[in-house]
Amino acid sequence: MALIELRGVSKIYHLGGEEIRALDNVDLDINGGEFISIIGPSGSGKSTLMHILGCLDSPTKGSFKLDGTEIATASARELARIRNQKIGFVFQFFNLLPKLNVLQNVELPMVYAGCGARERRERAMDALRLVEMDNRAKHRPMQLSGGQQQRAAIARALVNSPKIVFADEPTGNLDSHTGETILKLFHELSRQGRTIMLVTHDPEIAAVTPRKIEIRDGKIAKNVDAKLSGQHDGPKFAVGAQVQETA
Amino acid sequence: MNLINAILVGLKEIWANKFRSLLTMLGIILGVSSLVAMSALVKGMENGMKAALIAIGGLEKVRVEDQDIPIWQQHMADQAVGTTMNDVHSLLHSAPLITMVVPEMRTRNVTMTRGSKSISPWNFIGTWPNAVELNQHVVEHGRIFNEVDDENARNVCVIGTAIRDALFGSPEQVGRDIIPVGEFININQQRFKIIGMFEHYESEQDKKARELMKDKPPEVRTGPERAKGYGSKGGSKGSMSGGFVYDLKNNTVYIPLNTMWLRFRAATVSASSSSGNYSRGSSGTSSGSGSGSTSEFLPDPRLSTLSIKVANIDQMDEALQQAKNVLMHSHKGIEDFSFRTQENWSEDIGTAIRNYRMSGGIIAAISLLVGGIGIMNIMLASITERVREIGIRKAIGATFFDVFTQILVESVVIAIIGGVSGLFTSTMLVELLIKLSPTGNTPVITMESMVLAFGFSVAVGVLAGLFPAFKAAKLNPIQALRYE
Ligand SMILES: Nc1ncnc2c1ncn2[C@@H]1O[C@H](COP(=O)(O)OP(=O)(O)OP(=O)(O)O)[C@@H](O)[C@H]1O
Ligand SMILES: [Mg+2]
Repeated sequence: MALIELRGVSKIYHLGGEEIRALDNVDLDINGGEFISIIGPSGSGKSTLMHILGCLDSPTKGSFKLDGTEIATASARELARIRNQKIGFVFQFFNLLPKLNVLQNVELPMVYAGCGARERRERAMDALRLVEMDNRAKHRPMQLSGGQQQRAAIARALVNSPKIVFADEPTGNLDSHTGETILKLFHELSRQGRTIMLVTHDPEIAAVTPRKIEIRDGKIAKNVDAKLSGQHDGPKFAVGAQVQETA
Repeated sequence: MNLINAILVGLKEIWANKFRSLLTMLGIILGVSSLVAMSALVKGMENGMKAALIAIGGLEKVRVEDQDIPIWQQHMADQAVGTTMNDVHSLLHSAPLITMVVPEMRTRNVTMTRGSKSISPWNFIGTWPNAVELNQHVVEHGRIFNEVDDENARNVCVIGTAIRDALFGSPEQVGRDIIPVGEFININQQRFKIIGMFEHYESEQDKKARELMKDKPPEVRTGPERAKGYGSKGGSKGSMSGGFVYDLKNNTVYIPLNTMWLRFRAATVSASSSSGNYSRGSSGTSSGSGSGSTSEFLPDPRLSTLSIKVANIDQMDEALQQAKNVLMHSHKGIEDFSFRTQENWSEDIGTAIRNYRMSGGIIAAISLLVGGIGIMNIMLASITERVREIGIRKAIGATFFDVFTQILVESVVIAIIGGVSGLFTSTMLVELLIKLSPTGNTPVITMESMVLAFGFSVAVGVLAGLFPAFKAAKLNPIQALRYE
C-alpha cells in the first residue's frame, strides 16, 4: 500500500460566482522513501497540492489516504496530530518563531507532542547536528543567514521523525549557492531513506530528483519516475525517463 | 502542551511586551484595589455603627413604652395607669426570659448649678443601680449609688463627662481632667453630692481625633472665652456614624429612683397619659430631707420608662410575649404599652451597609469590567500581530485546544498578576486612607473581600480571554501563513 493515495482530489475556490479549480481531480500515489519534485507554472496549484498533502488544508472533493488513514474526513484534532507526528513541513520563508531561539524552535513540535524537556533537548540537538546547525542552537532566527534558518526549519520538520517531509520552494528565498547546499541536504536525507517531496521552479533542481511531477491548471500533466525507467545510476541522469501522461 | 508550559509561554509573551502588559494590568489593579479598599471602608463604617449600637445597650435591650389605648378599650382609659413599679415587680417575679428590669423616671425640667455655671442635662434619670449595666455605662471614678442610697433617697448623683465639662470645665479648657467626685452641686436648688462619674464616651474616630489634638501644641485662642457646646470636640458627623449616641450618654445624670420620686416628682411629667389619680406637687421639690418612705406618698410610683433585657437575643419573640402577658395582667388587660427594640436601628445599619456595599461594589465591578475590556482589547491586538506565529504553531501540530489555552492562559496570567498587584496596592491604598483621614472609621481589609476581588479578577481574565482565544484557535493555518 502506498504511503499516500490521492483519488479524485479537487480543491475548488469560489470567487464572486467564478469557480477556480486550484486542483482538479488529481490521482496520485507516493511510496515511502521516494524523492519527488513538483514543478509547474505559477498558479498551477503546486502549493495547494502541498497544503492538502501536508494536512494544512482539506480537499473540496475526493479521497486522501495517508498511511492508511482517510484524511478528508478527519477531525481538526486528528489533523493536528497527523501534522505533528507524520508530516514535516518546510516553507519558503522558513517560518521560524522569531521570539524563540533555534533550539526552542526545533523543540516546538515535541512540545505539542507532549515530550519531556530532556527528551526534547536531546532529540532537537540530534536534528540540529543532522543539518549541521548544532553550533547555532542558542541563536535567534534573526541572527542567522537565510540558509541557516532554512536548515533550522528542516531540523524542526525532521525532529518528530515524520513519514514524509514536504518542502514548498525551500530554496526560493535563497541565493543559488545556498539553495544548492539546502538541496544537497535534502538529497542526503533522501539517501538516508526519508520520503521527501519538494516544490520548485528550478528545472535543475527538478532534474536531481528521481521522480518529477508537473502540474498544470490543477491537473497532473506529467509524472516521470526515473526508477521505473530502469535508470538507477543517478538522479542527475533522468533524461529519457518513462513518461506517464495522465488524463 | 501542558499547562505549565502554556503559563511559561504566556509569561514570556507578557514580558516581551512589558509596557503594554503593565498598562493592561493597570485596569485590573485599579479594579481590585478599589474593590478591596471600598469594602474595607464599608467594613470600618459597619464597625463604627455596630459600636454605637452596642454603646446604647445592644440588641438585648428593650424599652417598654406608653402607648395610646386601643380604640376598643377607650372606655377603660381612666383605669390605664401607665408603667409603674408594680410592673417592675411583676416582671421580676413572673418573666424568667427577662433577665433584667430597670425602672426609670426622667425629667427635663431640671437645672444643675455650681456657682455661676449651670446646665440642663439631656438625661436626668432616677433609676436603679443596674441601669449602669443595662445601658453599658462605665463608672470610671467613684461609685454608683447602692440600695441604701436608694432606700434612703439620698441626694447623690453620678454624672457624665459633659455635665462635668459644663459645671467644672472640660479638660480642653482647664488643661486637666477634673474628677469632681465628692463635690457638691445644686440640682433645682437642692444640694446633691457627686459620688461618681462615668467614663468619657466617644466613638473610635473621636477618640483618635482627640489623641491627635493632644499631640499638637494648644492653639492660641482668639476672641473671648466661650464654651463650644456639650458635644465632644470633633462633633458627631451624621447620625449614621452613631456619634449622637455618645453625646447623649455623656450628657447623663443618674440619681437613685427614690430620690427622683421624692425630690422631683412634680417634674416627672407624663402629662399625656396622666389619669389624674396622682396628685402632683403634694410633695415634689419642696419636701425636705428624705424622711418619709416612698410608700407614704404613693404605693405605686409611675415610671417614665421601663427597660428590660432579654436573656437570649434568639428568644426575643418569646421573651416579649412573656413580658406582654405579665404586663397585660398587671395592667388589668389594658394594652397601654408597647415594646421598642433596637432591631430597627440594627436593620437600618444593615440596610445602610448593604447600600454602601452595593454602590461600592458597582463602582469596583465597573472598573474591573473596564480592566477586562482592556485585556480583551490587548489580546485581540496581540493575536492579530501573531497570526503568523499561530499559523506556524498550528502547522507543526498545535491543536485548537493548544492555541486556545495558550491565549486564554496569557489573558488569565495578565489578570492574575494584575489581581495580585491590586491586592498589594489596596493595602497601600487603605494605609494611605488611614493616614489621610486618621479620625475616620478605620478601614478594615477583610479576607473575604480580598478573595472576592482576586476571584473576580481571574474571572475577568477568563472572560476577556475567551473570545480572543477562540478567534486565534479557529485560525486556518493556511490563511495564517499567507498573512503578511
Ligand atoms: N484562498 C484562495 N482563494 C481563491 N483562490 C485561491 C486561493 N488560494 C489559491 N487560490 C488559487 O488557486 C490557484 C493555485 O494556487 P497555488 O498557490 O497552489 O499556486 P502555485 O502553483 O503554488 O503558484 P506559485 O508557483 O506562484 O506559488 C491559483 O489560481 C490561486 O489564485
Ligand atoms: Mg506556491
